[in-house]
Amino acid sequence: MNGIHDMGGMHGMGQVEPEKNEPVFHARWESRIFALRRAMRPWSKFKGKANRHQIELIPPAEQLSLSYYAKHATAFSKLLAESGLVTASELSSGRRARGSTKASPPLKADQVAAFLDRGAPATRSVAVTPQFHVGQNVRARNINPLGHTRLPRYARGKAGSIVSDHGVFIFPDTNVADLGEKPQHVYSVRFSARELWGEHASPRDSVYIDMWDDYLEPA
Amino acid sequence: METTRRGFLAAAGAAAGQEGANAQKRGHDHDHGHQAVPSDPALRVKALESLLVEKGLVDRAALDALVDSYEHKIGPRNGARVVAKAWVDPAYKQRLLTDATAAIAELGYRGEQGEYMVVVENTPKVHNLIVCTLCSCYPWPVLGLPPVWYKSAPYRSRSVIDPRGVLHEFGLDLAEDVEVRVWDSTAEIRYLVLPERPAGSENLSEEALAAMVTRDSMIGVAKAVLSEGSRA
Repeated sequence: MNGIHDMGGMHGMGQVEPEKNEPVFHARWESRIFALRRAMRPWSKFKGKANRHQIELIPPAEQLSLSYYAKHATAFSKLLAESGLVTASELSSGRRARGSTKASPPLKADQVAAFLDRGAPATRSVAVTPQFHVGQNVRARNINPLGHTRLPRYARGKAGSIVSDHGVFIFPDTNVADLGEKPQHVYSVRFSARELWGEHASPRDSVYIDMWDDYLEPA
Repeated sequence: METTRRGFLAAAGAAAGQEGANAQKRGHDHDHGHQAVPSDPALRVKALESLLVEKGLVDRAALDALVDSYEHKIGPRNGARVVAKAWVDPAYKQRLLTDATAAIAELGYRGEQGEYMVVVENTPKVHNLIVCTLCSCYPWPVLGLPPVWYKSAPYRSRSVIDPRGVLHEFGLDLAEDVEVRVWDSTAEIRYLVLPERPAGSENLSEEALAAMVTRDSMIGVAKAVLSEGSRA
């Protein structure tokens, strides 16, 4: 979706402001929402893959005003409600409904290190024919999907070249929408700064964007 | 009790919105700004945690272990060890640039948000910069969780269109004949910059080298320099 999260190339956002001696979390609740989201991942009904899209769906003005973890807290509540693991009345009361079954077992502390080491790989070892090859000139398709996509607006319609083939990955556009993993090749595509931003840009500089087969067409 | 909890969860959106507005008003006053945590998001998350624990969906000790992992175990010191090893061991550097995921796993770093890694090398003529314009993607196993500025609108919006301007604000002015490569982490690949080994570091041990590699130099907003050992 053409949301406010898709920020590449926007003006007016101000200066970058690094913080000295920044802590990992600025408050306990930030660390707890961070951990809650990960701890829920083993439940197959919890659709963690839609977390980013839930954040994208927060109205633009609100999205800009929320801190990173506040956005995640909002998305997390929505995902919980959609999972069916927690009922709407439980979410509004904050208490387990009488008679509801207790789930078990949850992720345990002694499983956390292995859980993090495993991660959640998006690669798929299936044979998929690549549509493009290294060195090929390509163009990012001009598409404007309403759902989740990883094709940033600033690259759409722009010409670049394939630098490397990363292999086969789940396609988020369909996966997040529950339309299947549709595994396909992802390439590193180089776009010159001038192609993206015009003649004022440095002739030497470039932006490398990772793109799935479905985002590209031959140029 | 019931009514109070209902209040916490129902007020979710509004409370968090106010928190963000407050954060903006506080601006750059970070020393105490982030400490004044508005109560509403804090209470809301606490209520969510209680509910999920009560339902047996999450375990408190596991939450503690997850937090502890990123506060004390997984952070930029990991990436610094990777960089230092690449500086002293040419065969390792070759493996790192060829298959970063495997080479990083040799040092025991892998998994969550680093399942597929690529390392890009800075040279006197090429400077690499990492960003995620769509979100805040970042190589957790080697750098830990990203700083607030990396997740912020200014960094995400400007790095791709004005990388030299952003670098200037970090105190890094690149000569015009240096090529800037910006890596926008839009997919599932996570990037780490291999900074240039600073001149004068020839006699340092791998351990001493690792101690001077900063987080910022591995994102690409700074260079690795000898005197910077005490910085992030």
